[in-house]
Amino acid sequence: MSNDKKLPDIGTEQDPKVKKQKAKAYEEYAKQFTPKPKYAANGLKAFVVGGLICCGAFAVQNWLMDFMKLEEKEAGTWVTVLLVCLAQLLTGLGWFDSLAKFAGAGCIVPITGFANAMVSPAIEYKAEGPVLGVGAKLFSVAGPVLVCGITASVIAGIIQVFR
Amino acid sequence: MEYINVFITGGAICLIGQILLDTTKLTAPRILVIFVVSGAVLQVLGWYEPLVEFGKSGATVPLPGFGYSLAKGAMEEVSKKGLLGILTGGLTATAAGIGAAIGFGYIVALIFSPKSIR
Amino acid sequence: MNNQRGKHSIVFSNRPNIVGAAAVGGVKESQGPQKKWFDFTLEDDIFGEKTWEKAEGKMVKKAIDLALSNGRVSEKQVDILLGGDLINQLMIANYAARDLQMPFLGLYGACSTMTESLIAGSVFIDGGYASCAVCAASSHYCTAERQFRMPLEHGNQRPPSAQWTATAAGSMVLSKDRAPGRNICVTAATIGRVLDPGIKDVNEMGAAMAPAAADTLLTHFRDLGRSPEDYDVILSGDLGHVGKKILMDLMAKQGVPMAENYNDCGALMYDDSQDVHSGGSGCGCSASIFAGRIIKEMRQGKIRRALIMSTGALLSTISSGQGETIPGIAHAVVLEAEGGE
Repeated sequence: MSNDKKLPDIGTEQDPKVKKQKAKAYEEYAKQFTPKPKYAANGLKAFVVGGLICCGAFAVQNWLMDFMKLEEKEAGTWVTVLLVCLAQLLTGLGWFDSLAKFAGAGCIVPITGFANAMVSPAIEYKAEGPVLGVGAKLFSVAGPVLVCGITASVIAGIIQVFR
Repeated sequence: MEYINVFITGGAICLIGQILLDTTKLTAPRILVIFVVSGAVLQVLGWYEPLVEFGKSGATVPLPGFGYSLAKGAMEEVSKKGLLGILTGGLTATAAGIGAAIGFGYIVALIFSPKSIR
Repeated sequence: MNNQRGKHSIVFSNRPNIVGAAAVGGVKESQGPQKKWFDFTLEDDIFGEKTWEKAEGKMVKKAIDLALSNGRVSEKQVDILLGGDLINQLMIANYAARDLQMPFLGLYGACSTMTESLIAGSVFIDGGYASCAVCAASSHYCTAERQFRMPLEHGNQRPPSAQWTATAAGSMVLSKDRAPGRNICVTAATIGRVLDPGIKDVNEMGAAMAPAAADTLLTHFRDLGRSPEDYDVILSGDLGHVGKKILMDLMAKQGVPMAENYNDCGALMYDDSQDVHSGGSGCGCSASIFAGRIIKEMRQGKIRRALIMSTGALLSTISSGQGETIPGIAHAVVLEAEGGE
């Protein structure tokens, strides 16, 4: 019989200060039961895949410069466009998430991750129509990236004025 | 030799991202924002340009490179055309990439349907 | 006659009977160890529909239809339908109820909805307010994942503590009349309270729910004067591997160690090779295992008395966006099999 057993005093605290302390203690406690990510393997995969994507981009850029006689800047722009389109196509085919599951930041941090972040919610909310579904959701994950990036560029421009 | 520099630079930036993913509670969109903004900040400080010279695509393809292009565009445009460059520079420099992402992305989203897990 | 035991627990003097039950499993779920217990499995998670939401609605309706038919109850005999899901404003359950045209109460208890609806249904039957009640709950990976986390095609890595929303539905038909042969009835229940241990990460739902689950179990044992050995099976809802370990540790620290008879639906739903990290979650996870495996094992005579407890992480997209902590809840129900050997 367990009639007089106490109940655990987790999560019943009302005082916000004590609550915060207890939450922290519980988080630490819960951590010991949670398996750790495979840091080394994940890091290696991210490094290699990320490096390979960049090398591929570099190879294409060189090819564009050598054979299509493009300037470096123009070739670089074309490479960006190609990478974006490729990542979006892979997202549409449903392959990008499998790649990201393997490579993690290796394909999220290159511009491919940005392209995937645009298309994935747009496909997802397609049922809500071409305007508020696809049109609006295209920016639900990537919007913040554009907003923060462009704001940063505006600030950079302002700083440049005073230089 | 150049390819090794590209590989190391690109790989290292992605490795930083992976470490952020694994050790912090930051989600992918937040990491994207952090990378873009930090690229812009590094460019303003003048530290990203040397990295691009060394790592080529390894520095421009990852998202800090996007931030770098945005900030560099704005700064160059300001020097060339004056105040209006503050607003036009960043977008002008990255217009092709953003245009492709939006235009092609919209078409892709219209064509494909979401898939369940395999 | 007072049917209350303590503040949280009730006993049913008229013993509502579970005459029919059915579980529907999705594609990934039916590749896992629970395959043989499902009454119906999907060949494609879209289930011939246009949207994932419609597919989930069809799935829960399928579970209800199957439960009614194997309980030999017609739709017209049903006095009340109780059910819920995870999607905003109970979209799935509401649309299923629109098709079924039964008196309907929608319930939301996050992933605890199955036992929540079972308790409500049992109270209706026990009190004489209904002679036949249908309880149902469902979840779908593709509807829940994008609502609570990220779009499906979004490239990301899931941390080891993340759980996989099960694509599954479960339904039970309660009746005041006994089923022929071996009969399963609801004898007692413990209604949990909301406990918030302060976890903020949506990928740590097991840790967020474990204290509430432990609290409900301890309360249950205290209120009814029972101990874990009084049950053949004690099954929690969707704590997953991580939450299960935390629950077992919390219980041991309170002096009520959980033995071999305890397990967790989230930990049972998939096997390790399916790469789901901490296990299954979602209303459908516990609903389909209770309505599928547990009811069948009770009918087969393998289990005489089971304590089933669905657990819910009460987060919303708004609360997680605002950085609020995730409260947890758990409701326990006692099922007993009798006669008909």
